[in-house]
Amino acid sequence: MAIRVRIPAPLRELTQGRVWLTLDMPAGTVDDVLAELGRACPAVRDRVLTETGEVRPHVQLFVGDESIRFTGGLATAVPDGAEVSIIPAVSGG
Amino acid sequence: MPATRELRVRQDQVLLMVGTAKGLFLFASNPGRDQWELGGPFMPGSPIYSVARDARGGERLFASVDNPFFGTTLRMSDDLGKTWSDGTTGVIKFPEDTGLSLKRIWQIVPAGKNGTLYAGVEPSSLFVSHDRGEHWELVRGLHEHPHRAQWQPGAGGMCLHTILPHPTNADEIVVAMSTGGVYRTRDGGATWEARNVGVRAEFMPDKYPEFGQCVHKVVRHPARPDTLFLQNHWGLYRSDNGGDSWQDIANGVPSDFGFCMAIHPHDPEVVYIVPLEADMYRCTPEGKMRVYRTLDGGKHWEALTNGLPQKNAHETVLRDALCVDALNPAGVYFGTRSGKVYASPDGGASWNLVVDGLPAVQVVRAYYMGDPAKARIPRGRAAKAKPAATKRAPVRAKAAPKQASKKKAAKQAVKKSAKKGAKKATKQAMNKAAKKPAKKAAKKRVARGR
Repeated sequence: MAIRVRIPAPLRELTQGRVWLTLDMPAGTVDDVLAELGRACPAVRDRVLTETGEVRPHVQLFVGDESIRFTGGLATAVPDGAEVSIIPAVSGG
Repeated sequence: MPATRELRVRQDQVLLMVGTAKGLFLFASNPGRDQWELGGPFMPGSPIYSVARDARGGERLFASVDNPFFGTTLRMSDDLGKTWSDGTTGVIKFPEDTGLSLKRIWQIVPAGKNGTLYAGVEPSSLFVSHDRGEHWELVRGLHEHPHRAQWQPGAGGMCLHTILPHPTNADEIVVAMSTGGVYRTRDGGATWEARNVGVRAEFMPDKYPEFGQCVHKVVRHPARPDTLFLQNHWGLYRSDNGGDSWQDIANGVPSDFGFCMAIHPHDPEVVYIVPLEADMYRCTPEGKMRVYRTLDGGKHWEALTNGLPQKNAHETVLRDALCVDALNPAGVYFGTRSGKVYASPDGGASWNLVVDGLPAVQVVRAYYMGDPAKARIPRGRAAKAKPAATKRAPVRAKAAPKQASKKKAAKQAVKKSAKKGAKKATKQAMNKAAKKPAKKAAKKRVARGR
């Protein structure tokens, strides 16, 4: 009963350098994972979601290799043992 | 990511914090302000819109970090920039019931009692912290103001960018926003009144509305808190009644459009601006990098150019990219969107290039590390060039008698023009007549190191 979250390099100062955070939780949705992430490391969650609960426009979330943009957004299912990746979008100047 | 160069800031140095479009840079100099060491970039890649130092209860630096991917956070450092953290909670958040999310932190200002800080944000709102930035709460009185629905974003966004706490009355605060204008509370933030009488809104059908002006910056001196100076989106103004009404003081400036404004640390009549050509061409007029200074509260303005490029300098200085330090003679600093930072160790009489080649400069703030009254200021290059530079001149310039006849001429010109009913010509005549004496007086004042 665990889900692993991959932390992107710019946010690793908030996880003491750890690349992976292991969340002790059952299968659920991306929303559930982010709620659990908020308890384990609120600073990371706040950089992924706005106050209104939306994923920031230039952040991408993947469950395994699939972007949640195409699989149901925050309602995307996350099976037990899955890996969720937080990835800054390719944008900016 | 680039390597960050550490900077050891020592007591008796001036710390210059420079927020850019791609991170924070710190500079430190001796009190002569002529030898700068560089540190940074801190938070590389992220625009820094606001910085502050709060030395009450221990050193703490603040920087608002507008990460293009991960949103805006307030970072703080308790070791003069070596390490930065979120503090306990770090993130300024809109309460859920507002349905809003934070876009940017435009201003951080320590105020009143130890530990109190205000933050001005986008969308236009004011937050307060009573524990040195660890926790923040929305100032509901302003947030729920009935005018809110009619505040509109300017080109930079709908931002509350200026916060002026009253130096002795904790209940009184003046804020300014673009657009929206100036608002004042006298009951600690519970209720707010628009304070824009006399301030023009060039872009509105009603040119003098109760609110809706695009105010770019307001300053005030702690020794005379009821006097305010305002740089508007077109217009320079002064108020002597805490913002109840405003008078035009654009006397002899090449343009009254601009963003930044700073007030002298020891003289409430001395104000600095950097005029820009126009809202359609937001660069220094005639390709000349000129800071303008008034020594008499806006009656006259003089160009400060010694050490600044006067050819091919099409520069932009943003609203928080001009500041002063607390030393005497005062240091004046500004940064440009082309990445240059200039410093004057003598109140603007002469300027040195601190650095060229930074990302676009968005904010500069300067702090003396120690008691400014005890600073040992060496006679540096500028002081040598002008031997009297460290001698403090009186608040009011003594050049007034010599100006009398010219002033009279100016008044006559005004009268003549007024008869013709040409309002524009009146202003031009005033400016023309006022220009020469101001220039003469300026030379004398510069020689005194003002």
